Amino acid sequence: MNAVSAVFRREFAAYFATPIAFVFLVIFLVAMGVFTFYVGHYFDMGVADLTVFFSYHPWLYLFLMPALAMRLWAEEKRSGSIELLLTLPLPVWATVLGKFLAAWAFAGLALFLTFPVWLTTLYLGAPDNGVILASYIGSLLMAGTYLAIGAAVSAATTNQVIAFVAAVAVCFLFTAAGAPIVMESLSGWAPAPLVEAVASFSFLTHFSAITEGVIDLRDAIFFLSLTSLFLFANMLIVESGKGG
Amino acid sequence: MLEIDNLTKRFDAVTAVAGLCLTVRPGEVLGFLGPNGAGKTTTMKMVTGFLVPDGGAARICGHDIVTDTLAAQKTLGYLPEGAPAYGEMTPREFLGFIADVRGLSAVAASAACELAVARTSLESVFDRPIETLSKGFRRRVGLAQAILHDPEVLILDEPTDGLDPNQKHAVRDLIRLLSPAKTIVISTHLLEEVEAICSRAIIIDKGRIVADGTPAELAARGPNGKLDDLFRGLTSSDVSGAAA
Repeated sequence: MNAVSAVFRREFAAYFATPIAFVFLVIFLVAMGVFTFYVGHYFDMGVADLTVFFSYHPWLYLFLMPALAMRLWAEEKRSGSIELLLTLPLPVWATVLGKFLAAWAFAGLALFLTFPVWLTTLYLGAPDNGVILASYIGSLLMAGTYLAIGAAVSAATTNQVIAFVAAVAVCFLFTAAGAPIVMESLSGWAPAPLVEAVASFSFLTHFSAITEGVIDLRDAIFFLSLTSLFLFANMLIVESGKGG
Repeated sequence: MLEIDNLTKRFDAVTAVAGLCLTVRPGEVLGFLGPNGAGKTTTMKMVTGFLVPDGGAARICGHDIVTDTLAAQKTLGYLPEGAPAYGEMTPREFLGFIADVRGLSAVAASAACELAVARTSLESVFDRPIETLSKGFRRRVGLAQAILHDPEVLILDEPTDGLDPNQKHAVRDLIRLLSPAKTIVISTHLLEEVEAICSRAIIIDKGRIVADGTPAELAARGPNGKLDDLFRGLTSSDVSGAAA
């Protein structure tokens, strides 16, 4: 565990060593506010809950999480520090996990800083705090999955822009898998089990189940297992790089 | 102790390292010579676990670098080509991270950092971001990182590249100071450096060893008793086959 924590602390501090942390947090919070209050018309709903706030999370994460993950490996490969990192006595899994946890903790901090939205709702009415807590947990789990995808893609390239664009594309496939645009294009010809299988991978479906207050362990396990899968892929990509 | 046994690496059609065999004992300072592209850096990358060889093996203090990677890397100090580091960190933070990864206790870490910093004369830049330092200082940060945990085996890829004559002299003094108890391999283009500090030199060309002996022995084999004559004779493409 010492190896994981050493990598974690270095990576987490790296976000704050440059203006990345500040810029990201400001954009994250402004975007959350704009979508909740202007695009989502939070005040016109007349309902004291955070459904509209959470409903935009998948779409914001689609861009913000790859932005957070894109540097994790691509930057090391570009600068050459990957050679130092991989020749230190660190198991590859511990490096992969430490980097991921640093990005996830940073995303968790950004999410935590949205608490004024919750305070606003608390002031305006009597929201169901159980549902809000479950939604926050669900949102954090979903952010982890987006980050794991972004980290795996980052390990496959030396270019951060490519890492970002490719991660957004992969994340979009998972986000939109249950959306009408994908479903309608499949349902005409694909067999029903395939359509259902694709739909079952949709982040939107799993996340909205959580935010509606249906706290089903299966949705949490979905995000956790997909995160593990991409972290494992991340490890394989790093290992295969050693082949030259 | 460093044992290299029939080490081979191919990149597509090009054989970068072709069945290299070599044993370096404690107390030896081996100068690793060869023209650019001869396979020096590739060999070092395989020996330190950054690249997986296509054939053969390398053992560091008896630990196989492929099957017992972490144990081998623990006994190893490595300065990769170009001395990569994390630019946003200061030498203090960077060496702290290395000490952390190496599993040094807080007390041992601060003593080790102090010694490494004194040995590489980094005091004046200890709290400045590495990316703002001159090439010479960056090289010495990489060197401090490599010697931090007092490793039994030191592998240094061009340790004096980019240093001014005074700094080169200081680094050579440092290598001499460390050499009695350690196994040291340095790669260099500077033949006078080999004559100054190495107890043994090998010249490689096209991934094969073409000469092996003390610097004085090798120089005596040159037409005018000079090492650079032998180097040019063995590594220019038309005569290397005959010499090998």
